[in-house]
Amino acid sequence: MRFQVASDQSLLVYFEEQRKKSGAKAPPLRNQITIEAHEQVRRLLRLVELEPIAGVRNLHPAYCSLLFKFDAMKLRHQELEEILLGYVRRMEKEVLPEPRIVEIPVCYGGEYGPDLKDVAELHGLTTEQAIEVHVSTTYLVYFLGFVPGFAYLGEVAEELVTPRLATPRRSVPVGSVGIAGSQTGVYPVATPGGWRLLGRTPVKMFEPERSKMSLLSIGDRVRFVAISREQFAKLGNA
Amino acid sequence: MSLIEVRAPGLLTTVQDLGREGFGPVGVSASGAADPVALRIGNRLVGNPEGAAGLEMTLLGATFVFPERAVVALTGSEFGATLDDEPVEIWKSVEIRQRQTLRLGATRTGARCYLCVRGGIDVKLFLGSASTHLLSGLGGFQGRALRAGDVLKIGTASGSFRTFRKRSVSARAVAQLAPRKVLRVTPGPQSDWFSQEVQDLFYGGTYRVTEESNRMGLRLQGTAIESTAGGEMISEGVSLGAVQITAGGLPIILFVEQQTTGGYPKMANVISADLSSLGQLRPRDEVRLELVEMETARALFLEQEKLLASQELILE
Repeated sequence: MRFQVASDQSLLVYFEEQRKKSGAKAPPLRNQITIEAHEQVRRLLRLVELEPIAGVRNLHPAYCSLLFKFDAMKLRHQELEEILLGYVRRMEKEVLPEPRIVEIPVCYGGEYGPDLKDVAELHGLTTEQAIEVHVSTTYLVYFLGFVPGFAYLGEVAEELVTPRLATPRRSVPVGSVGIAGSQTGVYPVATPGGWRLLGRTPVKMFEPERSKMSLLSIGDRVRFVAISREQFAKLGNA
Repeated sequence: MSLIEVRAPGLLTTVQDLGREGFGPVGVSASGAADPVALRIGNRLVGNPEGAAGLEMTLLGATFVFPERAVVALTGSEFGATLDDEPVEIWKSVEIRQRQTLRLGATRTGARCYLCVRGGIDVKLFLGSASTHLLSGLGGFQGRALRAGDVLKIGTASGSFRTFRKRSVSARAVAQLAPRKVLRVTPGPQSDWFSQEVQDLFYGGTYRVTEESNRMGLRLQGTAIESTAGGEMISEGVSLGAVQITAGGLPIILFVEQQTTGGYPKMANVISADLSSLGQLRPRDEVRLELVEMETARALFLEQEKLLASQELILE
């Protein structure tokens, strides 16, 4: 574990060594994103949510780090580091809840998944095979970030790993299901985005009026289920 | 109940307060006023708690009609405001009589002007805040920028003064809080991904704010710089004011509607005392970045907070 000052009112906690020195050879990203680091992030996040630290205003979890935003009127980096060392010592005892499994229906291809054909071709697969690969994995929600309700899901099976689009789309429709490298995810709102779009879900990922605003939480498991256009229309109207 | 009628919306007018902190774990960023110092002072001028919701106008102001009497203040940049064609000064409380029209024009100084109203703008709160988050369409007035024909509710004023009080901001405070074009920064979490030569180039250069800049981020144009480490990094939580270096080598400063996590290396971070200055930068403005010590950044922030809390700030 390592602390890193991020700004005059924020501090990063890394659970996996990022490459530090300029020019240093980095191990591939896939090898750095580990379940162990993810669980450490969740343990610390859980403990801080259960026992809030005075002066801490926000927490931004990610793959193997947790960013603390704090009020400099109330805390200094050094003080926060000392408090967090105490939390880290205790958090090993923290038992993480059994993961929830959430199924997300997706209508693949066509106008809903404009990149499905290209992605399949790139890997020498038929579109049916590419869909099969995408639905066969149970994904882990590493964290939510970017925009409200956007869950970073991993890992996409090797035979489907595809880089982002060279030029991002100006607007990706709500519910679009995309892949980027070994990550996959669903766009909860229409935003610009460079992920390759395989399909679309009629399910609302983020609903401010719902008691649980975000369909997914950090640590959940996700399975995608292929549905027809008719089912998409039916679910969308429900 | 008092209302405000929007006759012309201006370029981009939104309801903003000091934002919503605490929802990073679900990917919701704080949002809030782009120049929180101006909003806080505006609220003090009209006798509101400093975090009350006001209207943030961008580059070109709006036109409002007040069906009832109201007390307002304009702060931030000078937008050439008039009340029934009479000029209105900024940084002062203003009494508005029934059916008067407040009209704002194009900016003469920075990017944003705030309209604070005694009682605050009354909208349904989202996660405890009235702030509009434009990208996700959440908060504020129907999650969007104001349009002609919108009618806003003014909240009920609490506190002691019901009659109008003439208030203004001390000239010294206005000068002290004036927006800066030299932005002071502390090193970012990946500053050691950049060689000394590259950093010299970066801190020695002048950057221009591009047209694509918005509440999510300020995109700068200038000398492209290269990370010595090169390549991708693992996405991590990002701070307000983080100076990310994109794949093309140009900086983006993350702003109030920032994404909560990002995967570009961060060379620097704008200090808290200069975040309000970001809210006053216009497209084509030229800025420089100046590296300061963490202790300096902290001292400047505490000094700014002290000034904002002081009695001498507001003159009656």
